[in-house]
Amino acid sequence: MHLLTFKAYRFTLLVILVAAGVFIERAGFIKYLSDPFEMRFTINLILQHINMVIVSISAAAFIGLTIGIIFTRPKFKKYSGVVMYIVGLGQTVPSLAVIAISMSFIGIGFKAAVFALCIYSVLPIARNTLAGISSVQSWIIDAARGIGMSECRILFQIEIPNAMKVILTGFRIALIINIGTASLAFLIGAGGLGDHIFTGISLMRMDKILAGAIPTTLLALFADYLCGLLGFLIIPKGLRLDEKAV
Amino acid sequence: MIQYNHVYKTFGQGSDAVNAVEDISFKIEKGDLVVFLGPSGCGKTTLLRLTNRLIPLTRGNILINNQDTTTWNGVKLRQSMGYAIQEIGLFPNKTIYGNIAVVPRLLKWDEKRIKERVDELLFMLRLDPDAVKERYPTELSGGQKQRVGVARCLAADPDILLMDEPFGAIDPINREDIQNEFLAVQEKLKKTIAFVTHDIQEAIKMGDKIAIFQAGKLIQYDTPEIILTRPANTYISDFVGSDRTLKLLAILKVSDAMMAVHENVVSNNENTQSAHNKLRNNNLEFMIVIYEGRPEGYVNDEALKDTDTEVTNVTRPFTRVIHEDESLRDVMSHMLVSKVRHLPVVDSEGLISGTISYRDIQRCIRDIYKKNKL
Amino acid sequence: MSILDYIYKNADRCWALTLEHIWIVFFSVFIATLIAVPAGIAITRNDRVAEKVISTANILMTIPSIALFGIMLPFLSMFGHGLGKVPAIIALVLYSQLPIIRNTYTAVKNVPPSLIEAGRGIGMGSWSRMKQIEIPMAVPVIISGLRTAAVMNIGIAAIAAYIGAGGLGVFIQQGIARAYDEMILAGALLVALLAIFVDLFMALVERLLTPKGLIVSRERNKCIC
Repeated sequence: MHLLTFKAYRFTLLVILVAAGVFIERAGFIKYLSDPFEMRFTINLILQHINMVIVSISAAAFIGLTIGIIFTRPKFKKYSGVVMYIVGLGQTVPSLAVIAISMSFIGIGFKAAVFALCIYSVLPIARNTLAGISSVQSWIIDAARGIGMSECRILFQIEIPNAMKVILTGFRIALIINIGTASLAFLIGAGGLGDHIFTGISLMRMDKILAGAIPTTLLALFADYLCGLLGFLIIPKGLRLDEKAV
Repeated sequence: MIQYNHVYKTFGQGSDAVNAVEDISFKIEKGDLVVFLGPSGCGKTTLLRLTNRLIPLTRGNILINNQDTTTWNGVKLRQSMGYAIQEIGLFPNKTIYGNIAVVPRLLKWDEKRIKERVDELLFMLRLDPDAVKERYPTELSGGQKQRVGVARCLAADPDILLMDEPFGAIDPINREDIQNEFLAVQEKLKKTIAFVTHDIQEAIKMGDKIAIFQAGKLIQYDTPEIILTRPANTYISDFVGSDRTLKLLAILKVSDAMMAVHENVVSNNENTQSAHNKLRNNNLEFMIVIYEGRPEGYVNDEALKDTDTEVTNVTRPFTRVIHEDESLRDVMSHMLVSKVRHLPVVDSEGLISGTISYRDIQRCIRDIYKKNKL
Repeated sequence: MSILDYIYKNADRCWALTLEHIWIVFFSVFIATLIAVPAGIAITRNDRVAEKVISTANILMTIPSIALFGIMLPFLSMFGHGLGKVPAIIALVLYSQLPIIRNTYTAVKNVPPSLIEAGRGIGMGSWSRMKQIEIPMAVPVIISGLRTAAVMNIGIAAIAAYIGAGGLGVFIQQGIARAYDEMILAGALLVALLAIFVDLFMALVERLLTPKGLIVSRERNKCIC
C-alpha cells in the first residue's frame, strides 16, 4: 500500500514537472534567454541581485548576532523583550513600505535597497541567536565558569557553538526572505531580477516574467541548499549526531 | 588546605535579607575528603561556591593554602581547583577528549602532555580511552558521563577538588560502583576535597570528616564515627537516623572486631582423637580446620567424639568465609541467616587470620562508644 | 508635516484604500484558514505526509510574491482575471498555507498525549476531550499562525497593487511613478501602522484565548532559573 502511494506521488511530481516544462517553453522563456543580449542582461541582473543580497545579509548577520549576543548577557537580559519587539517591527512592517521609506530618506539606488533589505533580515537572525544562546542549559555554563573559563571564552567556545544550529536556521530564513524581497529593489532603482518581473507585468510578457521569477526561485533554493552545507561545516559534530542524514 | 574564617553570605537586602551562610569557621586539612552534609537550603552548596568565588563573600574570608581567595584572579583561582556538579555539565559541542582537555589547554600545557594525561585519567576511571576519547557526550551512558566528569575535574591535577553532589544523577547501583572507584582513586591521589551531599549514607562512606549544616550554620564537624556515636544535638541525631549504629557498622571493618586465631585451629590431617583432646583441654567450643593455611570447615565436640579418623573426614563446612576488609554491616547481614555463631576470617591471600562472632561485633561497638564518650 | 497634510487632504481615499486592503487580507486569511486548519489537523495522522506537505509549502514560500503574481497572470487572463483582486487573493491564500498548516500541525501534535490519556481514563468521550483539552491547548498556537499569516499578507497585498489589486500599495506605486514623496510615505506609513495594529490585535486575541494555566507555565519556562 505504501509503495503504491509512493509511486503515485512520484508520478504526479513527474507530471507536474513536465507540465511546468511545457508551459515554460510555450511561454517563450527559453527562446527569450537564448537571445545572447537578453542572456547577458539577465546575468547582469542576477549579479546585481546577488550583490544586494550578500551585502545586506552580511550586515544583517553582523547586527543580528551582536544583538542576540548582547541581550543574552546578564546585564542586559531584562531589555531583551523590548529590543526583540523593536527589531521585529522591521519585519512586521511590509517589505514594500520599508523599501519605500528607505528610498525617501536615502535616495534611490543600491544603498537604499541594501539598507532596507538589511533591516528586513535582522529579525530572524537576532531572534534565533537570542533563543539559541538562551537555550544552552544553565548548568553547562555553570560548569564552564566553575572550571575556570572566562566569560569571553564561554561565549565563543560553549554558548555560540551550542547555539549554532538555531542561529543557522535563523540565517537561512533571513537569507530566503532577503532573496525574495530583493526583487522589489527594482522599484527604487537598484536593479536585480525584479526588473524582468515588473517590466514583464506591465508589458504583459510572460517570457520576461519567467526570466525574472525562475532565476529568483532557483537562487533561493540554491541558497537554501548552501545553508544546509554550511550547517554541515560549522555545526560541531556532537550536535549533529541526532539528526537523520541530510 | 582550606580555611574558612567567619564566613557570611547574605542574599537580598534590608528586611528581606537572608543569611545563606552564617559565621562558618572550620578547616579542611590537606588530603582530607570533607563532606558538606545537610538538607536542601542549608547552605552547603553556597559554601562550596563561595570557595571558588562563583559567588562573592559578604563577610569573612577563605584561605587556600594560607592565601586569601580574594587576592587571586577569579578565573585563575577556578583553574587551580577541580569542579564537578550534579548535572555533570559536559560540553555537548566538544568530544570527551576536548572536554577533559579544557583546563590543561587554558593552562597552556603542550598537546603531547595533554594527550597522555587524558589517557591516564580515563584509564584510571576504568574507561577505555580509545573507545571514548573521540565520542561526544550524547553518545555516552549516565555512568560513563559521570566518570568523564570526574576526569575533567582532575585534568589539570589540581590539589583541591570541589564537588557538588557529583554522583547524584546516577542510579543507585552505578552510584555505588563509582563511589568505590572514586575512593580507590582518592587513596592513590590524596587530593583535598570538599564534597557536598544530602545523602547521609554517602557522607559516611566517602568522608574522612563530615561538616553538618543547618540553616546556614555549621552544627558539627567530626569524623563519621564520632558523628554517629556522639551527634551534637537532636537535629543531627534525627538527620543521621535512628539506625545510626547500623550505619556505624557500615564503616567498620571486620579487622576492627575480629578475634585473632590462637589455639582454635587444627590441621585437617590430624587425628580426630588428639583433636578432641585439644578441644577439651582448651575449653573450646569449636576449632577451625586448616589446609595449607586456608579454612576448610570446623569441628566441634559432637563431630569429634567417638571417632578415629582424619579430621578432614568429619569437618563441617562454614556457610561463608569472611574477608578482613568487609564491612561489619555485611557480616551482620550474614550472621542473621547463619546457623553458626562464629565465622572464619581470611586475609587478602585467603589465609586464615581469625574468627568473628556476633559478640565480637557487639563488643567492638561498645568500645567505640566508650572511646568517644567524653 | 507634509505627510500628515497629505493624509488629511486625501482622507477619503486613504480610508477607502485602507478598507480595500483590509478586505483583501481578511478574506484571504479566512479562506486560507478554511483550507489550512483542516489540512494541518489531517496531516497529524501521518508524519511522512506531514513532512512532504510542509516542505512543499516551504518551497512555495521561496518564490517571491511578485513572481507568483507574474506567473498567474497568463493563466488567469484566460478567465479575464489576470489582473486585479482575484490573483492577489489566490496568491495570498497560497502563501498563508505554510504558517497556518505548520502551526496547526505543531499545535495538535504538541498536546501532550498523557493529557489525552488522562482524559480518556477519567471517562471523557472523544468530543469532550476535543472540546475541553485538545482545542483549548491548540488554539493559541493556531492563532499565532493566523497572526503570522495576517501580517505577512498585509505586506504581500501591498505589492499586489502592482497587478491592480488596489489597497494601500497604490499610494506607494503611484508615488514612486510620480516621484511624489509625500504620497509614498503616506502609503508606507499607513500600511506600516495597519500591520503593527493587526499584529498587536492578534497578539491580544492570542492571549485572551490562551487558557490561564498555559500562560503561567509559559512565563515560568521563559526565565532561565
